[in-house]
Amino acid sequence: MSFWSDIVWPVVVIAAQSVLLLVLLLVIVAFILLADRKIWAAVQIRRGPNVVGPFGLFQSFADLLKFVLKEPVIPSGSAKGLFLLAPLVTTTLALLAWVVVPVADGWVIADINVGVLFILAISSLSVYGAIMGGWASNSKYPFLSALRCAAQMVSYEVSIGLVIITVLLCAGSLNISAIVRSQETGLATMIGLPWLSFLNWYWLPLLPMFVVFFVSALAETNRPPFDLAEAESELVAGYMVEYGSTPYMMFMLGEYVAICTMCAMMALLFMGGWMPPIDVAPFTWVPGIVWFLAKAVLMFFFIAMAKAMVPRYRYDQLMRLGWKVFLPLSLVYVVLVAGVLQLTGWAA
Amino acid sequence: MDELLRDYLPVIIFLGVALAIGLALLVSPFLLAFKNPDPEKLSAYECGFNAFDDARMKFDVRFYLVSILFVIFDLEVAFLFPWAVAFKDVGVFGFWSMMVFLGVLTIGFAYEWKKGALEWD
Repeated sequence: MSFWSDIVWPVVVIAAQSVLLLVLLLVIVAFILLADRKIWAAVQIRRGPNVVGPFGLFQSFADLLKFVLKEPVIPSGSAKGLFLLAPLVTTTLALLAWVVVPVADGWVIADINVGVLFILAISSLSVYGAIMGGWASNSKYPFLSALRCAAQMVSYEVSIGLVIITVLLCAGSLNISAIVRSQETGLATMIGLPWLSFLNWYWLPLLPMFVVFFVSALAETNRPPFDLAEAESELVAGYMVEYGSTPYMMFMLGEYVAICTMCAMMALLFMGGWMPPIDVAPFTWVPGIVWFLAKAVLMFFFIAMAKAMVPRYRYDQLMRLGWKVFLPLSLVYVVLVAGVLQLTGWAA
Repeated sequence: MDELLRDYLPVIIFLGVALAIGLALLVSPFLLAFKNPDPEKLSAYECGFNAFDDARMKFDVRFYLVSILFVIFDLEVAFLFPWAVAFKDVGVFGFWSMMVFLGVLTIGFAYEWKKGALEWD
């Protein structure tokens, strides 16, 4: 019981874990970015980046080097402090969400009991990055884009919140690890085939909400087909018009990390997180983190395919979808799930 | 207090590490890159024109309306969170109280829909 073993040592361990998680996350994001470009290229029967390293594997690292060596421009009319704070806020908040993500059973840096609420709060805060960037630039395109971006993100935030409520009703906890563990039993155990564990997960009973969450995640992270905030045919590059060099890269990095967070959320809330899809011998030998990564990457593949295949929405269509389709649908489903749980007494 | 601190200390440390990574990325081009600013390069981008006036102009009131609606519905979601977690404990009474609340909210939602607050064209 000394100062060193009681206070300093735990802090050092947590810091080391944090650095490890963040470095691995950033490396994975680098390859996710490449995968995004490769998938997009493949759909259009192109090759995509293929010069830097074998199959272009080091493209993202070359891009990083290029961004760092580019001239940083701060427009003379801008609010200079806010202008530089905006990318920092975007990146830091996007990374911060990962502190509560359990990548395998017990492998989580902060196992706080309000994990889901924490992620929801962080993703709500990320709208500040866009607003600050757009306002501080003092340029017309970024300003318009920041308004659109804010309205779009808050609109879909509501349906994401209601979707999470349906999951919480089934799980009975805000702790993400507990939500994953609550998916150990479910439909498969009910029909007497407990080894078919992929039927236990919430994606099946909550399938409409899973779809709503997926589409809302696209809108929340400004991914195509909902990239109205940076519609290059009308707004040039959205709220990032005035940015160059690493501040621009940090917006892109924040966006991709946020997409990875959304993929991780889908894997954890709807697809059983670290649990194997079939509970028999060869599948159970695979470590949990592999299953978690596989599920998250599968979700990213769908997001990348949506970008490649779906044409961009109009802004009024986007708002109609969010407020007139997803909001009533998720509201009805909350009542439905609560009613079923109340009548059957299945509530956890 | 000690329990709370032990739960949230990792969040603070993680925030520090994430902030350090962000700052390192933000500062590096200012230290490494070649800089040669001129007035044209530093002026706001406006498709080749000089900027006409200040960019912080009037904008459509519907953006304001959306944010007001967001506040209402996000509060509702915040209200639903503890109810959903304690669903089993609040029992039949809790279930019906929330259904009444959602009913009132749905009436409001239908009203704003009819009033055209959700129209964008």
